[in-house]
Amino acid sequence: MIDQGLLELLADSFTKILLPGLTVTVPLTVISFSLAMIIAVAAALVQFANIRGLKQLARFYIWVVRGTPLLVQLFTVFYGLPSLGVVINPFPAAVLVFSVNEGAYAAEIIRAALESVPGGQMEAGYCVGMSYLQIIRRIVLPQALRTAFPSLSNSLISMLKDTSLASVITLPEMLMATRRIVARTYEALALYLEVGLVYLLFCTVITKLQKWGEGKLNSYGRQKG
Amino acid sequence: MLKVTNVRKSFGDLEILKGVDLDVNQGDVAAILGPSGSGKTTLLRCVNFLEQADQGTMVFDGESFEMGRVSRKDIARIRKKTAFVFQGYNLFLNKTALQNVTEGLIVARKMPKDQALEIARRALDKVGMGDRTDHYPSQLSGGQQQRVAIARALATEPEIIFFDEPTSALDPELIGEVLAVMRRLAEEGMTMLVVTHEMNFARTVSNKVIFMEHGLIVEQGDSREFFANPREERTRAFLRTVSGYAGRE
Repeated sequence: MIDQGLLELLADSFTKILLPGLTVTVPLTVISFSLAMIIAVAAALVQFANIRGLKQLARFYIWVVRGTPLLVQLFTVFYGLPSLGVVINPFPAAVLVFSVNEGAYAAEIIRAALESVPGGQMEAGYCVGMSYLQIIRRIVLPQALRTAFPSLSNSLISMLKDTSLASVITLPEMLMATRRIVARTYEALALYLEVGLVYLLFCTVITKLQKWGEGKLNSYGRQKG
Repeated sequence: MLKVTNVRKSFGDLEILKGVDLDVNQGDVAAILGPSGSGKTTLLRCVNFLEQADQGTMVFDGESFEMGRVSRKDIARIRKKTAFVFQGYNLFLNKTALQNVTEGLIVARKMPKDQALEIARRALDKVGMGDRTDHYPSQLSGGQQQRVAIARALATEPEIIFFDEPTSALDPELIGEVLAVMRRLAEEGMTMLVVTHEMNFARTVSNKVIFMEHGLIVEQGDSREFFANPREERTRAFLRTVSGYAGRE
């Protein structure tokens, strides 16, 4: 049975959890993911265009970032770098780690999508007199991003949830806020279920946005046979 | 207007073009015929630098180019005076029919938008696609896509249009509409170099025929002469095997 006191606690803590969600978790996700997209498009394009030097650099970056745990990356930047005299506040440190981390994964998604665009698109662009960069910007990249969109939406959902890891570098995001209330009230099960529900709420919004976005992008549909 | 000599091209150990000469004059409709694997598509792609030939000389519009080491700048300059129609249409999938035509005008040639739209509408009207300007390629049939591709080629006012088997990917009932458009262009004096399997088109529309086999030109000349009195035995054998196709249109 849920008693009256617990219900009041849940109602009271809801805003205390939602607020850091709106002021920390969401901005952290939006900023980090936007930066990650810029990194990813750049890292994917230098590979697709086969630019010597930069391509190897992109491979190295992806190799290192994908091969090490996100948590280790957070610890390294926040607790490790100060020993070199580099002290970064929790929020910018989290933005740095999440954008660099997600950039590596998204780069692979976008590279695969670029490679899936039929070669004839490139040739047709050349034949109407367009330059390589014009074709990439106006023809190939838009089609690749359309292909990558569902996978990237997936990544965005993952990232939103992964921001809970930033609680270990003292960032007062949703999980941290919840833990503080639990430490005071000992209602672990109810409160962790509650914060889980808020994450679910946020992810549902992203899912709706994804559906809307796909509908928009679908206007040019898929090539038949 | 377009003359290439001694074009050679190998892919690895495989020699596809073994020294080909080709001469197209203004207003010519030249059909390149030949069995599969004879190198005719490769020849066309080399002439528009979609493949780089190993060797060969090209004279186009009064200028001479070494095809084996032509600069990127020269390629871009030549391409702005030519157009290419692909077997698989290759319309820009993220652009409407109208945008497919304006893209080369606005982006590549920096034409003002109003002017480009007017030219594009006229080109689409000409190929009978004036009522489908806002359709995306995925919403068009193969024949309609190929007609948009021809409009895209026309809009840039090229001196020559290359056609690479423009009807080979089409269902039989859609071939006619594309050939009809090409026939009209020919009548208007457009210079065209056409790789095709459509014997009827070669016989009735083109004035010049080039017959290729194993990377070499076996016979070339006046189209009527070619079909009426083929000089080479290999040509006669080829025409016999494809005679089943004659009349298809």
